[in-house]
Amino acid sequence: MSTTMLAGREIHVDGEGFLTEYDEWDESLALELATQIGVEMTPEHWDVIRFLRSDFAQTGQTATTRRVQAVGGVPVKQQFALFPKKPGKKMSYIAGLPKPAGCV
Amino acid sequence: MRRLVILGAGTAGTIAANKLRRLLTKDEWEITIVDQRGTHYYQPAFLFIPFGRYRPDKARRKAAPLIPDGVTRVEGAIDRVDPDARTVRLADGRELGYEYLIIATGTSPHPEETPGMADDWHGAVHSFYTFDDAVALRDALAGFSGGRLVVHITEMPIKCPVAPLEFTLLADDYFKRRGIRDKVDITFVTPLSGAFTKPVAAAAFGDMLDTRGIAVEADYMIESIDPEARTLNSYDEREVPYDLLVTVPLNKGAEYVGRSGLGDELDFVTVDHGTLRHPDHPEIFAVGDAAAVPTSKAGAVAHFELDIFPENFARIIEGKEPVDTFDGHATCFIESGAGKAMLIDFNYTTEPLPGKFPVPAVGPLPLLKESRFNHWGKLAFEPVYWSMLLPGRPLPLPAHMSMRGKRAPA
Repeated sequence: MSTTMLAGREIHVDGEGFLTEYDEWDESLALELATQIGVEMTPEHWDVIRFLRSDFAQTGQTATTRRVQAVGGVPVKQQFALFPKKPGKKMSYIAGLPKPAGCV
Repeated sequence: MRRLVILGAGTAGTIAANKLRRLLTKDEWEITIVDQRGTHYYQPAFLFIPFGRYRPDKARRKAAPLIPDGVTRVEGAIDRVDPDARTVRLADGRELGYEYLIIATGTSPHPEETPGMADDWHGAVHSFYTFDDAVALRDALAGFSGGRLVVHITEMPIKCPVAPLEFTLLADDYFKRRGIRDKVDITFVTPLSGAFTKPVAAAAFGDMLDTRGIAVEADYMIESIDPEARTLNSYDEREVPYDLLVTVPLNKGAEYVGRSGLGDELDFVTVDHGTLRHPDHPEIFAVGDAAAVPTSKAGAVAHFELDIFPENFARIIEGKEPVDTFDGHATCFIESGAGKAMLIDFNYTTEPLPGKFPVPAVGPLPLLKESRFNHWGKLAFEPVYWSMLLPGRPLPLPAHMSMRGKRAPA
């Protein structure tokens, strides 16, 4: 684990820059994370990010794109439009959650 | 009499029946297990059957003899659970009342959830997650003399999440043995960011596919399959052509779980990760692949869950709170071809790390490293599965993952 300075404070991140502490995240941080990967946040983006945050609090896992569609109500096509090319990775990065992972 | 009902007689359900029958006194507790299949499969064999390295009929046995005396086995399909009335209704109309219910009906592949996937099933589109699929794939591979082999994962979570990777490595080995590796293009297609997603494993094995000449198509969210053009099509319009597709379809829990309002969007049972207890129905538990817990869906996980569960269950039926909690412990062999395998040991919070297993520093099995010992370990496990694991006899493995013998990254 290493730390980095973001939005004027020290944040714990993994080797790829994903936040490792759920509670260190807030929406001002999300704005900076989004800017870093070239995503401009709109209300539609916030809907997805807020869903991911509350869902993680319940399940302990980052929702898959399929779950964001089935439970969060945002179709996969739209997730690709909002977070081009790699929605799973980009959504979790901005939401300060682990990226969807396998076991190795 | 007090009544416990177990749904499902696969790995988790059978271990639960054996362990709980020993735990609960016969004059006080009646235990019933609902078996939807009648057959018990040694599922690790499904990985080897396609390569002609395992005789299919060895992989299945009648389920009834694996269920202990003193447990009533009921064969039939489950229609629904009524958690308020505390009854289970079977498809033939029979009704079973329970005081406690353990759901162990696992997960199954659903090719029909991806448009086009089921249309050419056992044609150019195959899988190896059921007995019939593994046997059909064996015949397809035997008749495959060259072209594009695509190994594909639809969406996480899946049963035995390392199996697609193992299948890919074994396919590379298989075509080498047949002397036609140069005629086969192999591509591994995953919805994740790569074949390896955990940092330490990625650092250890990152080049494993590359050095074998296996292409990786990452972050691939499938939208449909065109069975005539023989292409996978993703939401971001990447087309992957195949001559033989080996896919892992969407995995879902049992449909009755969803009908009964007990599951998530994929019909996996919502439970507390530590106690495996349903949050709204404290008399309902889920073990094995059926449970929505953030660890691997694997037999080893079912085993470790059921190392801890009986003692907690004993407290719960006396009206006490559970004390010990499950940590997500999983131990998995990963076949890598050429008679070698890797071994990983991890839990909810600790990723697979290098070291020695099961005895710290001694092993003999090296963690996160290719070795012949690990391949032998995987083969040696089969008799242990039937004679020790299913009957719920103690194995010399700790229920909780241990950091002893592991090297954490700096």
